[in-house]
Amino acid sequence: MDALFGIPVIGFVLQFLAYLVDAIFTTNLPAQTLQLATPIALGALCGVMNERSGVVNIGIEGMMLTAAFVGFMAGVVVSDAMPGAEAGPFGFTPALLVGVLAAVGAGMLVSLLHAWLSITVRADQIISGTVINIIALGLTGYLNRLLKPGGSAGTLDQLNPPAALLDLPIVGWIVKMFFTSGPITTSVIFFVIALQIMLFRSRWGLRTRAVGEHPRAADTVGIDVIWVRYRNVVLGGVFAGLAGAWLTLEFNASFQNGMTANRGFIALAAVIFGRWTPIGAFGGALFFMVWEALGIAIRSNPPPGDLGTFLSGIQSSYPSIYNNFFGALPFLLTLIVLAGVVGRSIPPAADGRPYVKEGAT
Amino acid sequence: MRAALRHAWALAAVPVVSIVLALLLGSLLIIASSLATPQGLNLMLPFVAYENLLQGATGLSLLDVAGRTITINPSIKPDQAARAITSTLAAASPLVLTGLAVAVGFKGGLFNIGGTGQVLVGGFAAAMAGIAVANQPAPIAVAVALLAGVLGGAFYGFIPGALKALTGAHEVVTTIMLNSLAAFVIIGLVNDIYKITGPTFARTADVGNAALPILFGRNGNLGIVITLVLVAVTWVLIYRTPLGFEIRTVGANPDAARYAGMNPRRLIVLTMTLCGMFAGLAGAYEILSLGYYPAVFGSRIGFDGITVALLGRAHPVGAVLAALLLGGMRAGAPAMQITAKIPIEIIDVIQGLILLFLAAEFVIRKLIRTRAATVTPSEIETVSRSYGETVA
Repeated sequence: MDALFGIPVIGFVLQFLAYLVDAIFTTNLPAQTLQLATPIALGALCGVMNERSGVVNIGIEGMMLTAAFVGFMAGVVVSDAMPGAEAGPFGFTPALLVGVLAAVGAGMLVSLLHAWLSITVRADQIISGTVINIIALGLTGYLNRLLKPGGSAGTLDQLNPPAALLDLPIVGWIVKMFFTSGPITTSVIFFVIALQIMLFRSRWGLRTRAVGEHPRAADTVGIDVIWVRYRNVVLGGVFAGLAGAWLTLEFNASFQNGMTANRGFIALAAVIFGRWTPIGAFGGALFFMVWEALGIAIRSNPPPGDLGTFLSGIQSSYPSIYNNFFGALPFLLTLIVLAGVVGRSIPPAADGRPYVKEGAT
Repeated sequence: MRAALRHAWALAAVPVVSIVLALLLGSLLIIASSLATPQGLNLMLPFVAYENLLQGATGLSLLDVAGRTITINPSIKPDQAARAITSTLAAASPLVLTGLAVAVGFKGGLFNIGGTGQVLVGGFAAAMAGIAVANQPAPIAVAVALLAGVLGGAFYGFIPGALKALTGAHEVVTTIMLNSLAAFVIIGLVNDIYKITGPTFARTADVGNAALPILFGRNGNLGIVITLVLVAVTWVLIYRTPLGFEIRTVGANPDAARYAGMNPRRLIVLTMTLCGMFAGLAGAYEILSLGYYPAVFGSRIGFDGITVALLGRAHPVGAVLAALLLGGMRAGAPAMQITAKIPIEIIDVIQGLILLFLAAEFVIRKLIRTRAATVTPSEIETVSRSYGETVA
């Protein structure tokens, strides 16, 4: 195992581990990972909210895309109407504020459609999600081509904590990971913790889980199953909306057709990976996206020694394969994880099943 | 006769109403988008758009729109019609195949969203084989390249089938992941290894003699004939063979199938592989019509297959009708974009709306007060119920 096709395997592994440790503790790799994981984590929170109450949501992708487009358009319209407006905290200009709110509203509206289709109309929930993805892709593509939005609403500022705080041991590392990104990225960790506590420690959480596990039993003790599901699905849309806002108002300053690039589907896998818990889903999002962040880190700051020479050799001979490898890795890992984890990961019992009140037709 | 008509209406009522509603809503969108043009609000624009769409798809002209007056004036130009109908057929036949790739899955209680990836892998395999046999006699070259496409697609359908059968990983999620994986891997391979110098964009060498021979018109190639034969074969397979019976039984009720001595795991793998074969052939058909594999092969046919299968009620004949509708819209859309200045993406919107109304069939049925049969294939219930569950 010392050498394979002339490649010193053990040496490479050791060099890579040293590079990884170095990157985790001294570079901005953790912060970069958190940024890339933000839309995945937010989408996954949307998924957890839905599926815990018994509604499968594979339309997260479409919800994100719609929110990204609506948020961007609203931002552009406002920034055209009031150019040179003062920026508030986090770089929130009026345009960006309206944009984020519009994105959240769009996320909720599309979620309402999903709720109506899957709860009231009792359409198949997987088909409903697919329909939402197809309509979102078509409609945003159509409107983007028709309106050709020029200009941009700009992007939200990154937080800039005082240097003294960053120099502290341990605390400095935590601050650097969680508090050096834009406001949407920063908010994720709070949402995750809050949702985790509420889901397992609050009345709302208990009702949600009851409805997702055994709606008939929940109904007999007087919980309004339909209302709980509607509320959860529509509130879940807030997270999908924020993920969309991240795409066009924090990470990028423009909209491209289909720019969600399957992030909504990775989010779905993160939900399963995290066994339908907010913290688990957040961990899944980090795990899926750390590789892309690592690819960026290696490109800008290649590891020293033979490994670095080897990697830059591949990069110069096969640039496209090299780049696409890091793009493909989250999907490959998702597949491997799904194949290994799913058997032991049990979804809410009533996931995907419409509820029909007894005696009703 | 009346009974037959009533039966046909019971089957077609919800899809037809869905199509009509989608076109109506689409026309509202077209009117609204006329506000974005320099001419301003134009209530006639939907007529212009749909008239051009129809003309581009069939060569048939129904209306004359001049300013604010519309005159009904059906006319047809034979040579234009021949060209338009050939284009529609050429656009429809790969859609039939990707539609079958989803429909056959539905029959077995599986939702194959992996058509996109299976099309890519099948197309890439066909291109690789086609380049290798580019100088062989045409019949051999075409057969080898098509076979490679089918095998490539089969391989890419086998993976999610095996994953579901062995580990319980749900095919809806795994096929989506496989779609992205195929796209990344193939782009990398074409850009870095198989790219030829010369063309302004990254693409592989030509497939030479493996290109599908044109049988009629400008683009009426062999694929259309193969597709029609396959539709018949699929119908026989699903409704007239023991294997088809087993697939349908597992789709309708996996537990019953197991008690009857069938092996759901084997059938899941088999069905997904079969689905992959259809999509792979569709990919091969696209690439062998084009003559090479472009690094950026953004074909939507894999995705459109979902619409075709749902609109065609997961039935081979229904898939043909649905694919003709979608293929016609795709073939006619460029003419509409040029004349009416409506972005071609309106087709995607209308397609999405059709699916939306189909999904809301409960509401549609109340609306038209019909006793029409349910549109959603009943096996789709198995798909949802199995979400996240393991296969026992």
